[in-house]
Amino acid sequence: MKTGARTLIEALQREGVDTIFGYPGGVVLPIYDELYDSSIRHILVRHEQAAAHAADGYARASGRVGVCLATSGPGACNLVTGIATAYMDSIPVVALTGQVPTALLGNDAFQESDITGITMPVTKHNYLVKDANDLDQVIREAFYVARTGRPGPVLVDLPKDVSTSVVKGNRPLPETVSLRGYQPTYEGHVRQIDKAIDLLVGAERPLVYAGGGVVLSEASPELLEFIETAAVPVTTTLMGLGAVPGDHPLNLGMLGMHGTQSANYAVTECDLLIAVGVRFDDRVTGKIETFAPNAAVVHIDIDPAEIGKNKKVDVPIVGDVKAVLRAILRRMKKRGDTANWVARINTWKAQFPLRFRDDERLHPQYVVRQLSDVLQGEGIITSEVGQNQMWTALYYRFTKPRTWITSGGLGTMGYGFPAAIGAHFARPDLPVVDVAGDGSFQMNIQELGTVAHYKIPVKVVILNNMYLGMVRQWQELFYDRRYSYTELPPVDFVKIANAYGVEGIRVEEKGGVREAIETALATDGPFVLDFRVEREENVFPMVPAGAAINEMIGVREE
Amino acid sequence: MKSHTLSVLVENRAGVLSRVAGMFSRRGFNIESLAVGPCEEPNMSRITIVVNGDDGVVEQVTKQTNKLIDVIKVSDLTERESVERELALIKVAAESGTSRAEILQIAEIFRAQVVDVGSKTLVLQVAGDTGKIDALEKLLRQYGIKELVRTGKIALLRGAKTVKSSK
Ligand SMILES: Cc1ncc(C[n+]2csc(CCOP(=O)(O)OP(=O)(O)O)c2C)c(N)n1
Repeated sequence: MKTGARTLIEALQREGVDTIFGYPGGVVLPIYDELYDSSIRHILVRHEQAAAHAADGYARASGRVGVCLATSGPGACNLVTGIATAYMDSIPVVALTGQVPTALLGNDAFQESDITGITMPVTKHNYLVKDANDLDQVIREAFYVARTGRPGPVLVDLPKDVSTSVVKGNRPLPETVSLRGYQPTYEGHVRQIDKAIDLLVGAERPLVYAGGGVVLSEASPELLEFIETAAVPVTTTLMGLGAVPGDHPLNLGMLGMHGTQSANYAVTECDLLIAVGVRFDDRVTGKIETFAPNAAVVHIDIDPAEIGKNKKVDVPIVGDVKAVLRAILRRMKKRGDTANWVARINTWKAQFPLRFRDDERLHPQYVVRQLSDVLQGEGIITSEVGQNQMWTALYYRFTKPRTWITSGGLGTMGYGFPAAIGAHFARPDLPVVDVAGDGSFQMNIQELGTVAHYKIPVKVVILNNMYLGMVRQWQELFYDRRYSYTELPPVDFVKIANAYGVEGIRVEEKGGVREAIETALATDGPFVLDFRVEREENVFPMVPAGAAINEMIGVREE
Repeated sequence: MKSHTLSVLVENRAGVLSRVAGMFSRRGFNIESLAVGPCEEPNMSRITIVVNGDDGVVEQVTKQTNKLIDVIKVSDLTERESVERELALIKVAAESGTSRAEILQIAEIFRAQVVDVGSKTLVLQVAGDTGKIDALEKLLRQYGIKELVRTGKIALLRGAKTVKSSK
């Protein structure tokens, strides 16, 4: 006699799930009881939000579906921020929630919440399972929907009686899922591809604008071959960092609000913009009318709804980025002459390097640079949100995809630490470091309990400015330095870490940075580094909201 | 800005209407009318949605609707030959003999049926395109409309063409 809970566990195993991040409660007890002697490892987090972020971090680091589990009502609601974070960045996550028994549904029963209703806007799809006999099929569909097409989170809500009831017989599962309303397009249209190639060959100043879609479709090798074959420079979004090696001569680095000068100038001057796995986010484009104003636009994306959503596109190519780039490489017979353009770009790169005041004081950018120098790309970096995130994006040299894990779309403070936990389980072979702000770290600081409990060797690098730094920066620049509620009192993070059983060091001087990082990385378990950095440092370059992206402030004109 | 009539074929599952309607509202698409009911296949429903917007907006609406897993097919019937109907029930004040006679006359011209007769009111039923119902409603206003309900538009392509699951 097989229960729904047993069926669930077997279905998860069939999907290859080895790790679940979760938190128990009344209605998921049958599931926890089955987990107790299953081969699936369950990591007990300290807050359900962290379970969702950890599943998301696992997915981003591995390319596989991340799984989290929570009880009904409060547990399920605590997942929402994490689910929304995954949704905005198209991350494949399956969230399992308990639900009150079907007989009580809609009665405002104890710990009931309409979680399928609540998460409709932030999931790719969701299910309320009312019959245990449907479980097998639902789980199979949930994983399929989460990881195929444009990936995204899927929630499965499991009423308690569905977990406890007995499943009839063994219905054979179809090997493949077929949903008539869901048929993603993977191959790009050949005629459109040829049009794009014609534009490329004729362009004088082509530019590739690459984003998270490149990472999601594992298309880095194809993208690299493409830019090298066509001799076309590339700029990446925040989500696209690592898709192209940071030190590649054709790479201009990040574009957008905190993009490099060379990238933003290149976008403004290019005559052909090849957008690959991007969605023309407003943090990237600035004022949309002045984004790539002189360029013909080719847009490659698996989600047809992204094409033309924010920016008019001349050549739309719906398809998987990897497949489309392969087709382009196959069909491209000659290349245009971009020598002058590349030379111009190289002049910009030489003229406008990223820089900060590297004096005797402890600057956050210096900390990130040291971390980058120590790790040499051999590790996974997660981040929180704010200045810490932008400094990491700018000053850390990413060389490989899936080594940069950050909340781009939702901008979720508190994301990085639990995401680092997930990333560790996906890639236990790599060091994982969360670069944090003191504000963000306090949003999921309770996960120190989790890393201590399981001896998860995640390192936290706090760029501690005792401010909600990014907000303070906006107040400084746009609100006349009126620091309304953005100052944080000093916190002894080392003592907090120690209280949980985690080691830590506070660093107040530049001289101690390198050694502290090396010590943390050499330590077996988790480690917290509290860097007391220059308090009023700003992230530059910066494009003020609503301006054109070549109108940057905080840059020194040569 | 103009009205577009979308025919949306969906899986007949719990929550599908709220998925579609919720997507419209959260993306700021204005629904002018929405009608839903069973269709020729037992496990599907057909939703007819009228939205207002320029071509770009309607293209987004269509694509975003198509993205929903339970949506099987979306077609814009606006530029195509289609029959469109709406049903309305109108309860109109008819106290004096003269107004009652006038209302009955109007009803006849519009081919509306009287489906209820009260001592002080008449209930008319009328089917037709939106313009016809608007016109009738306007005419009856002078007598005093007590209550009115419209179904929202439903539509089908003319001739042999169909909006079917192509998959
Ligand atoms: C959950 C959440 N609340 C609020 C914000 C708005 N916000 C963006 S950056 C920021 C400040 C972050 O401060 P801190 O974590 O100390 O990092 P810093 O900018 O100083 O590096 C805030 C409050 C957010 N992104 N996420």
